[in-house]
Amino acid sequence: MQSETFRSPRGIANWLDPASTLGIMAVAVALLMIGGHFDLSAGVLTGTTALTVGIVATELGQNLWVAIAVSLVLALLIGFVNGWLVTRTGLPSFIITLGTFLMLQGLNLGLTKLFTNTVTVAGIDDAPGYAAAEWVFASRVEILGAEVRIAVLWWLLFTALATWVLLRTRFGNWVFATGGDDVAARNVGVPARRTTIALFMTTAAAAWFVGTTLAVRLTSVQANTGIGQELIYIVAAVIGGCLLTGGFGSAVGASLGALIFGMTQLGIPYLRWDADWFYFFLGAMLLLAVLGNRLVRRYAEAARR
Amino acid sequence: MSAERSTPLLELRDLGKDYGSVIALDGISAAVRAGEVTCVLGDNGAGKSTLIKVLSGVHRADRGELLLDGAPVSFGAPREALDAGIATVYQDLAMIPLMAIWRNFFLGAEPTRGWGPFRRFDASTAKDVTRRELAAMGIDIRDPDQPVGTLSGGERQSVAIARAVHFGARVLILDEPTSALGVKQAGVVLRYVAQARDRGVGVVLITHNPHHAYPVGDRFLLLNRGRSLGEFAKGDISREELTRLMAGGAELDALAHELERPAG
Repeated sequence: MQSETFRSPRGIANWLDPASTLGIMAVAVALLMIGGHFDLSAGVLTGTTALTVGIVATELGQNLWVAIAVSLVLALLIGFVNGWLVTRTGLPSFIITLGTFLMLQGLNLGLTKLFTNTVTVAGIDDAPGYAAAEWVFASRVEILGAEVRIAVLWWLLFTALATWVLLRTRFGNWVFATGGDDVAARNVGVPARRTTIALFMTTAAAAWFVGTTLAVRLTSVQANTGIGQELIYIVAAVIGGCLLTGGFGSAVGASLGALIFGMTQLGIPYLRWDADWFYFFLGAMLLLAVLGNRLVRRYAEAARR
Repeated sequence: MSAERSTPLLELRDLGKDYGSVIALDGISAAVRAGEVTCVLGDNGAGKSTLIKVLSGVHRADRGELLLDGAPVSFGAPREALDAGIATVYQDLAMIPLMAIWRNFFLGAEPTRGWGPFRRFDASTAKDVTRRELAAMGIDIRDPDQPVGTLSGGERQSVAIARAVHFGARVLILDEPTSALGVKQAGVVLRYVAQARDRGVGVVLITHNPHHAYPVGDRFLLLNRGRSLGEFAKGDISREELTRLMAGGAELDALAHELERPAG
């Protein structure tokens, strides 16, 4: 009986919703992982961008679209700094983005308190331009009698776009090569550094999109938004078949990982299990996926000589 | 042997390179001609790697001259050497194991179709050309879609050689292409070296194995501690002499070589 609700169009629309915002991030994080890097600041950056939209629109009294544009520029800048530091220093992206993660976490709290004297930015729907922004980022579309949030459609679009870029463009070829072996890639003339920086900026742009969606949808933003999500993105990408070592993976896989995540997150309460089991299930999926990925790598490198 | 007829593709005159106060190369002279294989032989630390780096544009020479088609050149970056038609195939760094053969073949020089935001990687052309070029080199690949990691070490070197030839390499520098391979696999690679030579490419084969160098080489440049022990045409040196020059303490062998000469 429970599963019938779960399978109904309305039920599907329910669990597609958490999968969609996660999926948009998982696709971008998957591209970055295929390119050989992690971005631990991706989660908190959704908070930073959402808060920027909120503060510029409410505290500085700008049009919401101006706020959204300012937020995009900021996100791209942070993505560029991440990528530039990683390519410039040669340090693991894990440690560089852990640094930006912690810095952004502090800035999110500090600046929000400074502007609003609370830890929340509210009243985004009072800003001029809200109606159009709501239509783009937070409207609902009726499909098969169920109301689906537009983020689901954006997610499908971004997955298709990322797949096309990965498999059918020069840039996609460079992403695989940079993640597979950046020295070899550079030897044959691949601009590995530019590729890496572009990937960090793509991840930041995805965080901007999700952050803006959250800000417009909820009309108020907590200063701790997005913290802890960065690992969930990586889990979704790995469940979807991305190798932790880079050079292998797909956007569709990452989206499936996000879908499994969304189904589990809502499926467990549907079954009236304790929500604690959610993390157990997630961990088990992750371990299975990593073991599976190891087989892929072994196959690809089986006949070395 | 067409040795003295034409202007060499690439000529080294008294080339030298220092790293700080360490003399890595000094007084190296050699010539690379189209359709010939010039072998550079030397033990570890003889200066082979430094020589590759100077020829492929990673480092500039500190002394002497590098002539391309008789005109002096100096490469500041690998890209410049590549654009001049000098391609280098590095031992372990030629291919990305997890990527398909055709993706590797065109890596960094992907053919595109369409324009503006719709400019895309022309996959079908890339696959066709890969299959054709490999067949032309006599390399039998079952499926260009398979990852390079599933190929043997010899096959990988062969694909890298075919790639360099396809992209118009006039001078092909091979860095120890056979050192990590078994006897049979090394034979496969040497056959493709000969193929490239027959297609008019000037090949520089860098190796420490005289048994691999002798059958395919036309000229032999022997290095020891950054200095030349001499450049020999194939007719001027026997496999035994080459092996003796290479084997064991190279300096002792050079002495033995010198002592033998009055008697012979």
